[in-house]
Amino acid sequence: MTTTTLAVLVPLLPFLGAAAGLLLGRTAPGFVRPIAVLPTLASLVLAVLVAVRQGGDEAVDAATELTPTGSVPIELALHIDGFAALVAVLVAFVATCVQIYSTGYLRDDSRYPSYAALVSLFTSAMLLVVYSGDLMLLLVGWEVMGICSYFLVGHYWETPEARAASLKAFLVTKLGDVPFLIGLFALAADAASFRITRVLDTVANGGLDHPTLIALLLLAGVAGKSAQFPLHTWLPDAMAGPTPVSALIHAATMVAAGVYFIARLLPVFEASQAAMVVLAVMAAVTMAGSGLAALAQDDIKRVLAYSTIGQLGYMTGALAVGDRGAAVFHLLSHGAFKALLFLAAGVIIHAAGTNSLAAMSRMHGLRDRVPDAYWTMTVALLALAAIPPFSGFFSKESVLGAAEHVTTGHSEHAPAAAGWIVLVVGLLTALLTAAYAARLWLLAFRGHGTEAPDHGRQPLTMTVVLWVLAAPSLALGGLAYQSLPGWFDGGELTPTLTTSVLGTGLALVGGIVTYAAWRHTTELAARVPLGAVAAHPEGDAAQVEAEAIASHEPVYGGVAHAPDPADPGRLLLGPLHRHAAVGFHVDAVYSALFVRPVRAGAGLVRFLDREVVDTYVRGAGALPRWLGAAVRRAQTGNVQTYVSALLAGTVVLVVAAVLVATGA
Amino acid sequence: MTLAAAAATAHATATTTAADAHGFLSPTGVEIAFLLVGLVTFGAAIVTVTTRQLVHAALWLVVTLGGLAVEYLLLTAEFIAWVQVLIYVGSVVVLLLFGLMLTKAPIGRSPDADSGNRWAALTVAVASAAALIWVVVDAFRTTWIDLDGAPAGSTEVTGKALFQNWVLPFEALSVLLLAALVGAIVLSRKAKAAESGTESAPPVPSTRTAKGSDKGGVR
Amino acid sequence: MHLAYPAVLSVLLFCTGLYGVLARRNAILVLMSVELMLNAVNLNLVAFDVWLSRAAEETLHSGQALTLFTIAIAAAEIGIGLAIVLAVYRNRGTSDIDKLRDTAEGHEADASAGDAAAAESAAEKAEATA
Repeated sequence: MTTTTLAVLVPLLPFLGAAAGLLLGRTAPGFVRPIAVLPTLASLVLAVLVAVRQGGDEAVDAATELTPTGSVPIELALHIDGFAALVAVLVAFVATCVQIYSTGYLRDDSRYPSYAALVSLFTSAMLLVVYSGDLMLLLVGWEVMGICSYFLVGHYWETPEARAASLKAFLVTKLGDVPFLIGLFALAADAASFRITRVLDTVANGGLDHPTLIALLLLAGVAGKSAQFPLHTWLPDAMAGPTPVSALIHAATMVAAGVYFIARLLPVFEASQAAMVVLAVMAAVTMAGSGLAALAQDDIKRVLAYSTIGQLGYMTGALAVGDRGAAVFHLLSHGAFKALLFLAAGVIIHAAGTNSLAAMSRMHGLRDRVPDAYWTMTVALLALAAIPPFSGFFSKESVLGAAEHVTTGHSEHAPAAAGWIVLVVGLLTALLTAAYAARLWLLAFRGHGTEAPDHGRQPLTMTVVLWVLAAPSLALGGLAYQSLPGWFDGGELTPTLTTSVLGTGLALVGGIVTYAAWRHTTELAARVPLGAVAAHPEGDAAQVEAEAIASHEPVYGGVAHAPDPADPGRLLLGPLHRHAAVGFHVDAVYSALFVRPVRAGAGLVRFLDREVVDTYVRGAGALPRWLGAAVRRAQTGNVQTYVSALLAGTVVLVVAAVLVATGA
Repeated sequence: MTLAAAAATAHATATTTAADAHGFLSPTGVEIAFLLVGLVTFGAAIVTVTTRQLVHAALWLVVTLGGLAVEYLLLTAEFIAWVQVLIYVGSVVVLLLFGLMLTKAPIGRSPDADSGNRWAALTVAVASAAALIWVVVDAFRTTWIDLDGAPAGSTEVTGKALFQNWVLPFEALSVLLLAALVGAIVLSRKAKAAESGTESAPPVPSTRTAKGSDKGGVR
Repeated sequence: MHLAYPAVLSVLLFCTGLYGVLARRNAILVLMSVELMLNAVNLNLVAFDVWLSRAAEETLHSGQALTLFTIAIAAAEIGIGLAIVLAVYRNRGTSDIDKLRDTAEGHEADASAGDAAAAESAAEKAEATA
């Protein structure tokens, strides 16, 4: 088979799996798990094959036009360069892990067939985005992901949090998608083609008329999908979905799509200095804000969600300094360790019966209950905190290195201001990242208090996947940083000494400070009993998680935070903690800016409809009703009256006829 | 008026004798008789439709119909006149009297013989009378009937006309009369059958059962 | 004789009958008024027939033949009409036309009133037969 055929099969197989899963889910429940796992696994094998054949050489391009579509043709096009090949491998790898993990996690879930089919569809859409060589085709995958995320985040639709979160995810990403669509049209109008290669040629020849406008419009869509400030608010709330879905969304698919899209079309953004600065500012605000917010979260998954936002900030930061190699490198390593973090968190939530760090910090020996999760999570957190030699260190250093490279004015693509912003905030975020990683680890695994409940061994499918993911988290960076430039643009990804020392030092400082704070506050934990565990700890992990999510707000008074004085984050953040816990009131701002005006508008429309329009309608009905009442009174039932009227009319008509006939 | 002119020209050949030959103010003996009998007939008709005594109305109807028979005679339609006397005065009025009795019409003055529709009826009647008289007089004021010579409606003439030219409608009419006879019988029997049906069915409203039982008592 | 005399008499009788049909309450009186109207038509037919048989050499005597038919039909009509009136009287206990208002808007009240009248008349009948 040619590389093109293989590449076509990569997104097609999960799609067929999804269709088969939806069709056979009810009639043949025995086939649901194979149908869910095998296509994704085959797609992983094919993606690896495609990557091996492509090998970072000349990009594979193939296109066919199904039907003429007017002045700007839309083609089914593939464009596989080194980025696409490697990202597809990551997507298929994480998706396979998630599918296998889900068979254990949603073991007893009645909606597993549709869930698995949607995950397959999600994977297929992401692979389509990755391989697509045509912007319209890319948009198809982009939007399919949006709707899949809506369904998957709302998997526990019995809980109000999940319903609200799924709607929010959908609406916020759509808020970005509308300008994104307009931006795509503007881009295609300037380039006279939706083909990415031709668009890039046009950009290279300077044929773009409105680079800043297009870049900013596209940026809005990217911000929505990749959860960048100010459209990031859906991501923490999306934690109301099942943990494997969070892993999928955060590690490989949805949020990666935005970063990947910029990486693909980076020359378009580079054509506008303003867009690059905006991108840098966006990345900086996202990184710093999410780091602070992550320190204050109580829900273990929300900590991870904010960390995802922060790491995505690193990626957009790398893009803002014009180094897409670093961005995609970080995307790959982050995909591995973030998937691991989420899947391990799922195991922990199942074992602890709660998603609250405050409750976990009051459990003794949780790590002994889930040794696999403990060790792999430790690895992943070290990678997240960018401690050498874990993978996160190399990818993050490549980002910081690229930023430092720009600050010295060695790049013609990116303004030096963007470099400074990304570098400074990136270093600050390294500190914050290490701090919240340490806090998470300490609270989850170093708890004091009652013995953690024993719910038996975790399913094998769940623990094996953790170790499979631990390998790249541990070693990917170190092994790959020298070979990856060959796949990418050829830019240097080796860590530079300055940023390495600075970044690692700051990370160590963050970890140590957090540890000290934790030592200081941990005595308080025993004095303030807190915590609630799921009502059915014997159920499968999905049920436990759904109950944990549903009970968090009634028990702690909020989905995001707990009134826990033993939290080291509370000590570290001080007065900031209150604001950080609610995500710096961005939701409140949105509520004031959008929700309330929309509600008020709806109320106005409702008033106009009920009171004003309906008045006219009722008035229009009243006149015929009065007429009808008048006519009804004439219906006396007295035949003589009727005949009298009839004859009187006849006489009048006859007289009139005679008068007309005689011409009088 | 053009209508009158049109009528005049249409009958110009027929009316060889024009109005100037026979003025309205120069009536013959037949006309005087016709007018007098006509006044009696009209008066009787007025009394028929206005009297408060129902039986009297039937009797005044006899006077009206008899007066009409006389008018037929004056128009030399002898056969029609006798048929009028036989059928109307002889049978129809008797039937009506039977109907009055069977429906327990009050004997003597009944104050509610006229309905509340009276004034509307009067208006319509007067208006249509005015319109019709206007049209008729306007159209036929010059038309003259020549009553001299052989009578136009003797039994011989009528019989010839009927059995030469009108045989088929005449026979069809006999079938119609038969149908009416059967219909009248069915109508009167059907009501009894329906009542006996309600009588036999036990669960019926109290008024119906009372009525049915007293019907049974009548029988 | 002027044709106008029978024609005008006919009109007057017709309108008298018309008034009777519209104004009389008792159904049998209405039937009498119908007879008046029919006779007015008969008079018209006879008068025109006599006129035309002389003036136009018309030998069919259609006017008189039609008059005979009308008389026969009127006899049939009065028979059927009386049968109907009797049936109505048996069912409703009245032969007053303006009380037969089943087609009126909201006739339930009238119908119940009619039932009451029927019960009343039935009671009277019972007294009479007792």
